Amino acid sequence: MHNHTSAEITLNINNEDRTVYVRNADTLLYALREKLGLTGAKPGCLNGDCGACTIIVDGDPMKSCLMLAVEAQGKSIITVEGLQNTAIQTEFIDKFAFQCGYCTPGFIMNCHALMTKYPDADDSVIKDWLESNICRCTGYQEIEAAIKAALAAAKGEPG
Amino acid sequence: MSQSIGKSIYRKEALEKVTGKAKYTDDYPAAGTLHVKLAVSPYAHARIIAIDTSKAGEVPGVRAILLGQPFPLTGEEIKDRPPLAFERVRYHGEPVAAVVADTPHQAKRAAELIAVTYEPLPVINSPREALQPDAVLIHENLETYEKIEHVYPEAKTNIADRTKIRKGNMEQGWTESDVTLEASFSLSPSDHIAMETRCVTAEIRPDGFVVFSSSTQSPYMIMELMSRYFQLEKGKIIVNTPFVGGGYGGKVAVQLELIAYLATLAVGGRPVKLLNTREEDMITSPVHIGLDADIKLGATQEGKLKVAQITYLFDTGAYSDKGVTISRAAAITCTGPYQLENIWCDSLCVYTNHPYATAYRGFSHAELLFVFERAMDMLAKKLNIDPLELRRINAFLPGATTPTQIRLNESTVGNLPQCIDRLKQLMNWKEGQVTQVNGRKIRVKGVSCIWKTSTIDTEASSGVVLTFNVDGSVNILSGIVEIGTGTKTILAQLLAEKLKMDIKKIHVKMEVDTQTTPKHWKTVASRGTLMAGRALLKAADDAVVQLKDTASRVLMCSPDDLEVANDMIYVRDEPDTFIHVKDVCHGYKYPSGHSIGGQVIGRGNYILRHLTHIDHETGAGRPGPEYTVGAQGVEVEFDTKEFTYKVLKAFAVIDIGKVLNKKAAEGQVMGAMSMGLNFGSSETFVVSDDGIILNPRLRTYVPFRYGDHPEYLVHFLETPHIDGPFGARGVGEHGLIGMPAALANSLSIASGVELTMLPLTPESIWKETGGG
Ligand code: FES
Ligand code: FES
Repeated sequence: MHNHTSAEITLNINNEDRTVYVRNADTLLYALREKLGLTGAKPGCLNGDCGACTIIVDGDPMKSCLMLAVEAQGKSIITVEGLQNTAIQTEFIDKFAFQCGYCTPGFIMNCHALMTKYPDADDSVIKDWLESNICRCTGYQEIEAAIKAALAAAKGEPG
Repeated sequence: MSQSIGKSIYRKEALEKVTGKAKYTDDYPAAGTLHVKLAVSPYAHARIIAIDTSKAGEVPGVRAILLGQPFPLTGEEIKDRPPLAFERVRYHGEPVAAVVADTPHQAKRAAELIAVTYEPLPVINSPREALQPDAVLIHENLETYEKIEHVYPEAKTNIADRTKIRKGNMEQGWTESDVTLEASFSLSPSDHIAMETRCVTAEIRPDGFVVFSSSTQSPYMIMELMSRYFQLEKGKIIVNTPFVGGGYGGKVAVQLELIAYLATLAVGGRPVKLLNTREEDMITSPVHIGLDADIKLGATQEGKLKVAQITYLFDTGAYSDKGVTISRAAAITCTGPYQLENIWCDSLCVYTNHPYATAYRGFSHAELLFVFERAMDMLAKKLNIDPLELRRINAFLPGATTPTQIRLNESTVGNLPQCIDRLKQLMNWKEGQVTQVNGRKIRVKGVSCIWKTSTIDTEASSGVVLTFNVDGSVNILSGIVEIGTGTKTILAQLLAEKLKMDIKKIHVKMEVDTQTTPKHWKTVASRGTLMAGRALLKAADDAVVQLKDTASRVLMCSPDDLEVANDMIYVRDEPDTFIHVKDVCHGYKYPSGHSIGGQVIGRGNYILRHLTHIDHETGAGRPGPEYTVGAQGVEVEFDTKEFTYKVLKAFAVIDIGKVLNKKAAEGQVMGAMSMGLNFGSSETFVVSDDGIILNPRLRTYVPFRYGDHPEYLVHFLETPHIDGPFGARGVGEHGLIGMPAALANSLSIASGVELTMLPLTPESIWKETGGG
């Protein structure tokens, strides 16, 4: 019926192997949302401009609208559904760093990856990373407070 | 002591939102749902000669292809718009056809294969052009359109409506003036850019119910309009609205719902989904309005304003939908927050070949204040008076009358002079407006005052139902949509305060379902807290009566002797005699088994009082409940060589009546300020001479990103609005509306040129200084 190729692939998502049937042209965002019911990553532009679809692939933040599902085989994928009680989530709540919440999963994933890679991130590193995401509700000042508090909290923890 | 009011309570839905569990319209499973894709016009104005769907129809999975029909025509005040273009397209991006298919990519493929033959027509690119005597008519048969009362389209012109303000005696005003000032301003349309693009699903059930799920700010309006346009039974329309990913006014319009309904109708009622791409969301769906304006002010040598003559030409684009009400709102508060006895204003809603307009946060106020507050700064310069002093001299005070000739009092208008004084302190005004940083850079301060009322339907109402659970906890049901404003958390705070109970035991239903949730007119106009708040307090009173009634029989006393607090109903002067709320809120059971009472269900509603339409000849009338005022400012660092600048600080002092949730209120105001600065500094559609929008994507449109933000300083005054819950005033939009003006005022000083256009990019400043 379809004149394009499709395949069954296995993706490792939030430390679980999930088998899913995708077209070669399906983006990872599409597969996550439509095939796997993981709707935390959001569509905002589908061409890499907004960051609402950000997830973590092998430790790096990745815009899942820019990656094909088939490309993600063999990689470790973390989505917002895989985070619980992390410092950044706590601080997003405490600092009122979201309103409508639509950009929030993307921001949180980006922040979380940043914190893992650069626990000592300074202002310019934070800006470099976070300017890939757009928030239209907040004035960003709250998001700044949240990432800074989360970095500080993470440092305060033993080990 | 306050239980809850004023505290920075976390949002009730906070955990859902940080874990990705909060569901928005497109997040609900779509198994069995067909997908709709639009084919849109590549021209801003053209005749449709032919449409060939044969290739599109051959794409596998295509179930239906819809084309434009002469009827129904739609539009909130004037019915001038077919849901899909018929015979003619009037803006770039206008939907021309809709394909329904099994999967999104099949629908997309087919939509691309629809071949439309166009014959281009002359394009109108601004309201001023539209008013030229020889301008092409965008709606040749304007006079034949159905319309509601109180709208006045002018036949054989491009004028969809004209609102007139005639107050005092203009001649006298000019005679009493020593100085006059004239200026013209303009700004192009732009967009809301909610991060969630608009999405709707629709189906027709076998029993005839039409069920929508929509990312909308006005689910109840969808019911109303669907029934009006398609003669559907109102009670058989159900609209579900889960979380909405930002609206800012843009999701007030009812557009995609109409197409989704036609699409489901075409496939026998099967469920269909229509999700905008970003590009469609920016231009196919309605946008933020543009404006051309002329203003003339007269004042005495001492700076007392005597007269204002204003023409606002709003760019409603191809269709009038909300443009009419927006242009009317601008007339109603046309002068900014100043006392003026003599006013002449014509505010026109003008058709052009731009994407059509809908509400945008502030509902015309950011635009009109840009005009009026720029003029105030120019006047201050001419009179050689400090700009804030000029504003203070003319500040609107209780006892004065508005442009629509309504006398306001201490409750219906906040304290503007105090806002100005506080702003002066915050901005360290006495240090002066300009500081030299180095040979090239200067730091400059600019200010603006604000006011806003909400011109909403005179019969707008809001309802709240409270249901008690067996454990004594309470559910709040309200038709407010959680678009990000946090109003539903505010409702929980109000209830906690009123019932003196722990807010953790108050549960808020976030989703709206028009069949089971009491109606809230629309989630717009900063009116949620007033209207739903008052309805909630009434519902709480109703619940308290029921609790006391049952308790009084158990405690064998009069209900008048009882109080409700801390999960108990107790005798006022003998608190040891009490019964727990949980033991009566689902009825009380005596040891014998006899029972009394039953589930406590509190009901409350609120309708705005004494609102009227305004008079067509003079504008006299009471269009809104209360006027929130404030004073705002910015401090920018400006490069005098390159005309680049950075906003270092942004200030807002707003008389909010009562702070109900401090951090939430600050967040609303900062977010609005950010949007206002973004609009003032960089947001605009870049439109070609042919009316083509050249930048309908986030890469070229330039929304603010992290790191673009200045330091925000927000202060609140608390002059109570006696009608508001605990004295609170609306504040959802007010942070935005003074920002473009304040920015333009600072940059006019910095560049030494009176800037007259938005947005203020380095290039546009350079052009206005005579560059190029
Ligand atoms: S949806 Fe992926 S970056 Fe916008
Ligand atoms: S919270 Fe709404 S876009 Fe960021």
